[in-house]
Amino acid sequence: MNAQAYNFAYLDEQTKRMIRRAILKGLAIPGYQVPFASREMPMPYGWGTGGVQVTAACLVPEDKLKVIDQGADDTTNAVSIRKFFEKTAGVEVTEATGEASLIQTRHRIPEQDLSKDQILVYQVPIPEPLRFLEPRETETRKMHELEEYGLMHVKLYEDISRHGEISTSYAYPVKVEGRYIMDPSPIPKFDNPKLSDSSAIQLFGAGREQRIYALPPYTDVQSLDFEDYPFEVSKAPHDCDLCGAKDTYLDEVITDDAGSRMYVCSDTDFCSTRRQNGHVGRLGTPVSSEVA
Amino acid sequence: MYVAVKGGERAIDNAHAWRDEERRGDTSIPEVSLAQIREQLALAVNRVMAEGSLFDADLAALAIKQSRGDLIEAIFLIRAYRTTLPRFGASRPVATSKMAVDRRVSATFKDLPGGQILGPTFDYTHRLLDFKLAAEGKAPEVKIAPATKEDVPHVTSFLNKDGLIETELPSNEEPRDLTREPLEFPAGRDLRLQSMARGDEGFILSLAYSTQRGYGRTHAFVGELRIGRVAVEMDIPELGFAIEIGEVELTECETVNQFKGSKTEPPQFTRGYGLVFGQSERKAIAMSLLDRSLRWQELGEDFVGAPAQDEEFVLAHCDNIQATGFLEHIKLPHYVDFQSELELVRRLRTEAEAAQEAAE
Amino acid sequence: MNMHKTAGGGFKDAPVEAARSFRILMNAMARPGSISQLDAIEPPDPLSPAAGTALLTLADPTTPVFLAGAADTETARNWVAFHIGAPIIEPSDLRSFAGRGRPPGEVFAVGAWADLRGHLEALPIGRPDYPDRSATLIADLPTIANSGAKLSGPGIRAIEALSLPETEVFQENNARFPLGFDVFFTSGSLVAALPRSTRVEAA
Ligand SMILES: [Zn+2]
Repeated sequence: MNAQAYNFAYLDEQTKRMIRRAILKGLAIPGYQVPFASREMPMPYGWGTGGVQVTAACLVPEDKLKVIDQGADDTTNAVSIRKFFEKTAGVEVTEATGEASLIQTRHRIPEQDLSKDQILVYQVPIPEPLRFLEPRETETRKMHELEEYGLMHVKLYEDISRHGEISTSYAYPVKVEGRYIMDPSPIPKFDNPKLSDSSAIQLFGAGREQRIYALPPYTDVQSLDFEDYPFEVSKAPHDCDLCGAKDTYLDEVITDDAGSRMYVCSDTDFCSTRRQNGHVGRLGTPVSSEVA
Repeated sequence: MYVAVKGGERAIDNAHAWRDEERRGDTSIPEVSLAQIREQLALAVNRVMAEGSLFDADLAALAIKQSRGDLIEAIFLIRAYRTTLPRFGASRPVATSKMAVDRRVSATFKDLPGGQILGPTFDYTHRLLDFKLAAEGKAPEVKIAPATKEDVPHVTSFLNKDGLIETELPSNEEPRDLTREPLEFPAGRDLRLQSMARGDEGFILSLAYSTQRGYGRTHAFVGELRIGRVAVEMDIPELGFAIEIGEVELTECETVNQFKGSKTEPPQFTRGYGLVFGQSERKAIAMSLLDRSLRWQELGEDFVGAPAQDEEFVLAHCDNIQATGFLEHIKLPHYVDFQSELELVRRLRTEAEAAQEAAE
Repeated sequence: MNMHKTAGGGFKDAPVEAARSFRILMNAMARPGSISQLDAIEPPDPLSPAAGTALLTLADPTTPVFLAGAADTETARNWVAFHIGAPIIEPSDLRSFAGRGRPPGEVFAVGAWADLRGHLEALPIGRPDYPDRSATLIADLPTIANSGAKLSGPGIRAIEALSLPETEVFQENNARFPLGFDVFFTSGSLVAALPRSTRVEAA
């Protein structure tokens, strides 16, 4: 069967309507996980089926789509998802963060600030922030209903007594508008501050777990912490070895048998844009000297 | 000098081409046809139809061929195809008492109306490799008696007449459908049965086995196991009556379980139920045990903490497409999360070492 | 699927027009008080193009529709039946949907604000464990403009102004957050949203 046999953006209209209604309720109740009748997609659960369904329900033919995985446009799964929408929705694609009208992401928020004309769609594996403290849905639903979040604070506090600090480094839980505790998807906590007060619409899709949630623009999103142990972002104490950026999230690359390391921006578009603008890192070379 | 790895798209295309080549194998060996798979690997086809929730033997055979015999992959192909199909309506409930049975056994009565029919079973074969099959043999000569034409009443209906087993009250309530609405707990028996019917055979089997070993024991007897074809009928509003649109092969198992009763209510046996597409009797028996175990609350039994009693545990984990997807996704890149952990562990170690040195 | 269309009453190219209309509605819901144009179709009177497009984009056979007051005409009912296929419910049915646990549990209530006003008490506002199972109103107003009541909350940078027909009822709706109903206000070809999360102050 070829792409022509499928509807615009793959999903049938009734499925898209069901997802769209869930997105609207998600926006109306920021941080609350709306159950939705997730469909079986032609890629496996865990590969971004929730994000893909949200993207499919949002896309219009005029969109310019960017897909990133670990911050990079050229990771295999990002390539595969981008190709899927090129084929089924016929939309233009881009790697330039600033040019994209819709960005689907796994595990990162782009370094560049998003604008009010952009939508960021997150792929979410486990949408329930309380799941690792309480595996039962019946229990966690009650906890959200009653705002009974003591368990989460106990967990974070135990971290502090054992390690001297909160030892959650990614998927760091947040509180939305002072009401719902939300899982920001497995982004590094370095990215957490970008969740709050963003100009863009942020949508979260968990396919296997059948949940959609949302953050409207300019929503207050606070990373959980304690007065005496305030939330702190963290990153490897290095600059990007390619573009010299001092304030980006970095990938660590092992470069030889002796265990030498280099650090490069995880956001590939951000790094290459900087290099094109003449920034050069410790191991980088000016872009003009590279063969295109 | 370091250049970041590029070329994800080409890598994917090459990997797919290689996989197709591997799938075909040695080209000097004739290619297997869908008809061969459908006819000669029928039980694999049945499993793919059951867990793929789509009764189409040819598509199941195609999926098995495409997936190189990886049945979970084949089930996934069928599921993904199934969700794209338009829905024209729902059939009437099938009448398994009108099943044209190929096999029908009861472990509770030596003989009964309709008789015991062994059918095409492995039950009493000695598990010795049959080397005759290794040579290309002729088709075995068989005399097949036509399937019974008369209705074959259920064993449980005889017990029911005497009030010895709980009565199943018919309901006109529309059963819920987990493929069209998000699963929510408590789910109820309709969703549990749907979920188990398409759940992973191995998972259902192991949990049912655990009940036999005491983790939520229900003392099950196989009241009846039957395999055969039933007519599928659909109401056509324009006609004002139902017409037969085809038939499906089903395996049905009803267990007769531990009785319950009280000072006010006389003791009565209880039921467990399993119904699966195709000839899938291991699955149907396991499903009926697990169904019974999950009914503890409705039957006023204690929750002893057994996994097989735990509706949320069973339903959230029995789907092999969900399970394999999430399990296997951990092979996808996780550099970002790993990096954040790496950075944290390094920092905590540095701090711990510094504290140790200060103490010494 | 091939649908027969009556002139103007349905999408000409459903997948694409529904997608564009949804994006407008999503932006409206994400940015309460912002006004956009929405008029992919011409529904029968007295529904405005914006109200008709919103309903056609979001409702389907799984979502009951309540046509309030003047909106409850034979033509409107036929249009909903033909183009949307949603079950039409009476005011007395609204409550039963409020208590019903099973999804989708979502109801669309459509009509002039003045006609919907008397039915607000009966609208489902979700359950404490499932606040999403709540009504969405598509409420027609004579005019919409960025003036009048002051809005703040998620989706709003500082303060937004919107010509709400009244304020107290929306303050009450916000006070019971996360429960509540959500509103699309429509007027002619214009749409703006007021979700339950928005705080409202009289001008
Ligand atoms: Zn860089």
